[in-house]
Amino acid sequence: MSITDFVLAVEDLTVSFDGFKAVDKLTMYIDKNELRVVIGPNGAGKTTVLDLICGKTKSTSGSIKFKNQELTKLSEHEIVRAGVGRKFQTPSIYENLSVYQNLEVSYPKGRGVFGSLFFKQTAEVENRVREVAAEILLSDALDMEAALLSHGQKQWLEIGMLLMQDPELLMLDEPVAGMSAKERDQTADLLNRICKNRSVIVIEHDMEFVKKIAHKVTVLHQGKILAEDPMDKVQANEKVIEVYLGH
Amino acid sequence: MTVTMSKILGGREGAIGLAVLALLILVILPLSLDLFRLGLVGKYTTYAFVAVSLVLLWGNGGILSLGQGIFFGLGGYLMAMFLKLEASDPISTKIQTTPGIPDFMDWNQLTALPWFWEPFNSLPFTILAILTIPALFAFIIGFAMFKRRVGGVYFAIITQAIALILSILIVGQQGYTGGVNGITDLKTMLGWDIRNDGAKYMLYYVNALLLIGSILLSRYILSSKFGMLLLAMRDKEERVRFSGYDVSNFKIFIFCVSALISAVGGAMFTLQVGFMSPSFVGIVPSIEMVIFAAVGGRMSLIGAVYGTLLVNFGKTMFSETYPELWLFLMGSLFIAVVMFFPNGLAGVWDKYAKRVGFIRRIMEGKGKADNTSADSNTQGAKA
Repeated sequence: MSITDFVLAVEDLTVSFDGFKAVDKLTMYIDKNELRVVIGPNGAGKTTVLDLICGKTKSTSGSIKFKNQELTKLSEHEIVRAGVGRKFQTPSIYENLSVYQNLEVSYPKGRGVFGSLFFKQTAEVENRVREVAAEILLSDALDMEAALLSHGQKQWLEIGMLLMQDPELLMLDEPVAGMSAKERDQTADLLNRICKNRSVIVIEHDMEFVKKIAHKVTVLHQGKILAEDPMDKVQANEKVIEVYLGH
Repeated sequence: MTVTMSKILGGREGAIGLAVLALLILVILPLSLDLFRLGLVGKYTTYAFVAVSLVLLWGNGGILSLGQGIFFGLGGYLMAMFLKLEASDPISTKIQTTPGIPDFMDWNQLTALPWFWEPFNSLPFTILAILTIPALFAFIIGFAMFKRRVGGVYFAIITQAIALILSILIVGQQGYTGGVNGITDLKTMLGWDIRNDGAKYMLYYVNALLLIGSILLSRYILSSKFGMLLLAMRDKEERVRFSGYDVSNFKIFIFCVSALISAVGGAMFTLQVGFMSPSFVGIVPSIEMVIFAAVGGRMSLIGAVYGTLLVNFGKTMFSETYPELWLFLMGSLFIAVVMFFPNGLAGVWDKYAKRVGFIRRIMEGKGKADNTSADSNTQGAKA
């Protein structure tokens, strides 16, 4: 549709599962370097929106443009290669591999069959792994088997795996679920640091955490946008209090 | 170059494991067994190709194929076609109605050689066919299934069905394939009699070296980024896909490699045993080969070879005395391994033998075990 300056332009996006519209004519724009938080009650369609953007679910109608490139026609790996990274709700890491290997596998070179067969572990790769490991506070755990990490560290590792790819748009589904208070603070710092060079969409339920990170908050309800404002305004919004915050 | 070398050998431990295996099959067994028993070992090591291919595909890739007999059989049949044509020259088949075609064709009232048999008069073509046709077939199956994201138990069932279909097809098309008897009475390869003692030793060694070559090739694949991705895919396929990889291409490739290795084993089987029949194509051999890999350790290339040898020696010894009990024993063996030793013999070795002081010292080198992260990604390939 329209050519925009936005990193991500979602327009009239609809997906229906057997007639049930999980996302209904959703329109949403994400700016460069913006950190947007999406909140809403269970079943509001938050995760479905991320699924649609990253290609896990195919839309029924509407368009998703990433830097003016239509994503709805691309397959999952092409969307990733275009520069969209996505973290899943439950930490999704390779438990059998070491932390180092988890990050190394995510390095965006040698992505083809033959590229991976002849992939060289150069100093450049190693530097990048160590750099990201420092960012996600796992420098001391590089040789550890990923299965042995704490729940919070697994969440960080998955964020780190996305950072390895240096995506321009990063989508995080409940990044602080199951974290201790201290880990939440560290994660908030991490997100504030990494959104300097990229746009980030975060789904989160923890309002304290949302307050610390959000530039703008989108409230979803029954697949539609209920409000889209800075945090303090959203918290004062009566409709939002009624469907979500009031509980 | 040295990095690649150490990758292929799997570090110190991998190199020692491979050296011990090579010593066993290249020196110890030929010196200590009579030619009949050595022939059995030769036959079993052809199955070991399939077990090795399953370590790649199933152990590391998490893709269980219950149809590796397809590729073993194809390799075997392709080789048998060449040998059969050479054995069917007009002089030795002059009593047939149509001399110069394989005997089973004559019995089935064929009067000319079918067109697809013609190219198998050439040995270079036959070798090329062995190296490409099974892999190509695997590519077609893999493309059709993995691109549609068919996996897990469905993949296992479909490969099993294809193995069954292929064996029924071979049995049904008697005039073209030799039917249930298979292709028998193979004599020479380019005039070289493959049945005499010297040839048997020669073929045994060629087979053993090819097996070691297959292990080295597999080691290289597993130690590359590709190998790491295989493990990652087995664990969290979605995560790999959403890290920018086209997962299906990786699965198709490893399936083709496993088909290629199995086909080489099949071709060597035909050369050493002197015939090929549909009983090496269908469901039962395909499942047996999964059991060999499971007993040896599905993560261990070298373990798979030992597993194959041990199960087959067990089968030979046991079925000489109690033939009808063997299948039950094999079934229980499979269940026991899966339940108590999920990593097979290699797992038992890692767990117990390495506790013995001197074995550990040999394996790790005197106190300077360097467990760098680059080293640990070959752990799947170590014995």
